[in-house]
Amino acid sequence: MSGHIFHPGHHELHGVTVVLETSSGLWVGRFDSITPKGVLLHDAGFFEDGVTGGTREEYLQKTLKFGVRATQKNALIPEPDVRRIRQLTELAD
Amino acid sequence: MPYPESLVAPMRAEMVRMGATELRTVDEVDAVLGASAGTTLVFVNSVCGCAAGNARPAMQMALGHAVRPDRTVTVFAGQDLEAAARARSYFGEYQPSSPSVALLRDGEVVHFVHRHQIEGRSPQVLAAELIRAFEQHCGVAR
Repeated sequence: MSGHIFHPGHHELHGVTVVLETSSGLWVGRFDSITPKGVLLHDAGFFEDGVTGGTREEYLQKTLKFGVRATQKNALIPEPDVRRIRQLTELAD
Repeated sequence: MPYPESLVAPMRAEMVRMGATELRTVDEVDAVLGASAGTTLVFVNSVCGCAAGNARPAMQMALGHAVRPDRTVTVFAGQDLEAAARARSYFGEYQPSSPSVALLRDGEVVHFVHRHQIEGRSPQVLAAELIRAFEQHCGVAR
């Protein structure tokens, strides 16, 4: 994010569409905040390894082209499960 | 839940001032997007101060270009719920996000700018992308 504050007064990723990697899959959604219960995303979709068809890379490429296929209005991912958070557009190149 | 109209009115007006026709009902959406000939630019407006706050100026810059769509319309996500949902029904496989921009030619989406492609980008960069799409899909200069 190069220090860019997208929504002043909030976490620097607030309002930004992110890819959140866990041991079991990928969440893609609009970052809200980090709460005591985990990372809160809005309008989020989930790719589950071995359950969702295709690969993580295919899921991300489709999401980049067609947008986030949201299945949950609000998703709370426990922080210990989070391996990495990246802005979706970082994956576009 | 929709925001107070007094808050969103300036955002609606900004689009109308640049020449967009606001579509607030399902019938209004169908009347424009159901008639598929030519090119139509659809701006899905949003109260998001940062993303839409960059997207609206980008739209204004792009619409000042010599090559532009036959018509420009706008729906307001989160405000005119049925109209926005109906407009999105014309976007095929492209998923809802707001703000976003769809360019349709003869009823088919030929270019789409998602919210995630707006976040953190300047109006100038966004406008340049829209202008490239206009030049590719919208025919001759006016």
